[in-house]
Amino acid sequence: MSVEKEKIQEPLVHNDENILEVSHLKKYFPIKGTLGSAKGEVKAVDDVSFNIKRGTTMGLVGESGCGKSTTGRTILRLIEKTDGQVLFNGIDVNKASKKEMRELRTKMQIIFQDPYSSLSPRLPIGEIIGEAVKEHNLVPKDEYDAYITKIMNSCGLQEYHKDRYPHEFSGGQRQRICIARAIAVNPEFIVCDEPVSALDVSIQAQVINLLKDLQDEYNLTYLFISHDLSVVEHISDTVGVMYLGGLVETGATEDIFKNPLHPYTKALFSAIPIPDPDAKLDRIILEGSIPSPANPPAGCKFHTRCSECMEICKKQAPKVKDMGNGHMVRCHLYD
Amino acid sequence: MGLFGNKNKNNANYISAKESRRISKENRKITAEIEKKRNRKNIPKEEYITKMKNPNNVVEFDNVHTYFFTDIGVVKAVDGVSFEVPKGKTVGIVGESGCGKSVTSLSMMQLVQRPTGQTVEGEIRFDAGDQVYNVVNTPTSEMQKLRGNQMAMIFQEPMTSLNPVFRIGDQVDEVIALHNPSMSKEEVKERTIEMLKMVGIANSEGVYSMYPHELSGGMRQRIMIAMGLACSPKLIVADEPTTALDVTIQAQILDLLRGLKEKINSSIMLITHDLGVIAEMADYVVVMYAGRVVEKGTAQEIFKDPRHPYTIGLMNSKPVVGKKVDRLYSIPGKVPNPIDMPNYCYFKDRCEMCVEACNGAYPEEIKISDTHFVSCYRHVNDAVKEEK
Repeated sequence: MSVEKEKIQEPLVHNDENILEVSHLKKYFPIKGTLGSAKGEVKAVDDVSFNIKRGTTMGLVGESGCGKSTTGRTILRLIEKTDGQVLFNGIDVNKASKKEMRELRTKMQIIFQDPYSSLSPRLPIGEIIGEAVKEHNLVPKDEYDAYITKIMNSCGLQEYHKDRYPHEFSGGQRQRICIARAIAVNPEFIVCDEPVSALDVSIQAQVINLLKDLQDEYNLTYLFISHDLSVVEHISDTVGVMYLGGLVETGATEDIFKNPLHPYTKALFSAIPIPDPDAKLDRIILEGSIPSPANPPAGCKFHTRCSECMEICKKQAPKVKDMGNGHMVRCHLYD
Repeated sequence: MGLFGNKNKNNANYISAKESRRISKENRKITAEIEKKRNRKNIPKEEYITKMKNPNNVVEFDNVHTYFFTDIGVVKAVDGVSFEVPKGKTVGIVGESGCGKSVTSLSMMQLVQRPTGQTVEGEIRFDAGDQVYNVVNTPTSEMQKLRGNQMAMIFQEPMTSLNPVFRIGDQVDEVIALHNPSMSKEEVKERTIEMLKMVGIANSEGVYSMYPHELSGGMRQRIMIAMGLACSPKLIVADEPTTALDVTIQAQILDLLRGLKEKINSSIMLITHDLGVIAEMADYVVVMYAGRVVEKGTAQEIFKDPRHPYTIGLMNSKPVVGKKVDRLYSIPGKVPNPIDMPNYCYFKDRCEMCVEACNGAYPEEIKISDTHFVSCYRHVNDAVKEEK
């Protein structure tokens, strides 16, 4: 079976409405065999394309191991891409020089999942938040203290917290510190990599509300990565559903949640437990588990677990199909 | 001390070294006495064999207090918890981290870390079929016969609760062989493979000789369930069984648990912080806050007619698919310090519905219906009158 390779990719045309444009992004991790010879590749991100409009939030959902986090990190160039293009405000992130990248870094930030391991235990909070501000000389020296205090206050932290160390804070407060650190350099775009997964329900609500408030205040754009679908529905304007390294469905949040098209999206949404004892359970239970990304199935990657699998699905990978209103789906059912 | 002195006034847990020594000395006295009593030889049966209040229950928690005697003071992790698990039913326990739901389940299994952690008061009655045990006073040797046999536990982290150096088969075999000494090796293996099949593992013969690292998270949780159910226990304690899993795998596991419960006719004590999972699985719900039960009732009562402000807040703070809200409700403030609990309602400082009476002592349990109880002053007038 020959794998179709779209060698000729049209160069992305930048549209000023979009802050981020991702096209055919790929990230393969080599598997090292004996003596370091390449044995194969883990296709963590395999041909992902999407745009994010300025000031909106895109949610990225999927099971663990489907490449959500790798996508986020590749966009920020925290790991180098294998192929594809990422335009941030029209600038190709992967072609930027070291000096240009340094400037870009202040415009794009990331908030990590685990607030326990993403803060240096040896630095007081004030320095954690202010380190990048100092490094980039973003504010004059005499305004620095007042600026940090202002940032901390806007994230719900008090001034006297400045001299404290991370271990003195609870999980929710640590996540606030991580958010303050990201906000401090005055970014335009933030990748939130499962920012509330490690938190309790009531704390989760506080952090989500904080993220929304900050978005209004600073006109931020978020890429919100999460496996919690109810949180994603709450916070996002558009949603992308990932399966085994590829986007299977993207579109406006309402379209996707009201009218999911891809069988995987349907199964994923039906698996959400609803806090209502009378809720009807017509659940599509997916058999087995996600195949290995080192050896993804031929044809449509989902066909091994799909309830509506057809002959063609086993042979040919489906193309992206626009179902109207920017609702894109990758499934043979809609050919 | 001088360098850090200015910080200490803001730190509620700070005490001086002298004070700490005094407390630990006192604690040792208390725990040594409890341990001495527990470690006696030949404890008479009368001390731990009791009777159930209601023969339809498999477990009755009666005013259970489990404390941890730490060097900065006594942490009252479980502080007067009472509820029942009826036969063949699922009881869900919800609450945030640190509210004592896991310690409640560990007390049930007598697995609280001793000597620091002790169940100091109350009774946990467990109906093992022929006899009713008061788990609090049951000696360890008797407990070993119950654990794994009559009551089983499924832990949250399937990654860390399996032994990485033994094959899956050996680990499941061990449980069966231990509680059925009369079975031959072949019979044990047969039973193990039967169990693996029952939890939906297709390649059961192959998995029998695999190591835990060769399996995915969902498969490992299935193994844990197979191990727990190997002796057809009367009670399954599932402590966040699906928290570490993806939604699709979670759906598989919940489906499996529901099916198996019917098959071996046991009861489940399900501990989770996910209200969705509770609504789906549980017949009865117990809501815990800061070591106490604030509300309990049937799933219908709790979800359709929540009474306690904490229950209401908890439900509003979780976004629900299909329900659009502009802003999530978040419960203000934080859980009180477990070492220094207030003498009024523990939730009062975070509660937005306080009334005059809330300044009084911790509210008593108020009966709303035969199954619905709430500890809140706002519902004093709703109480069903009963003669005491």
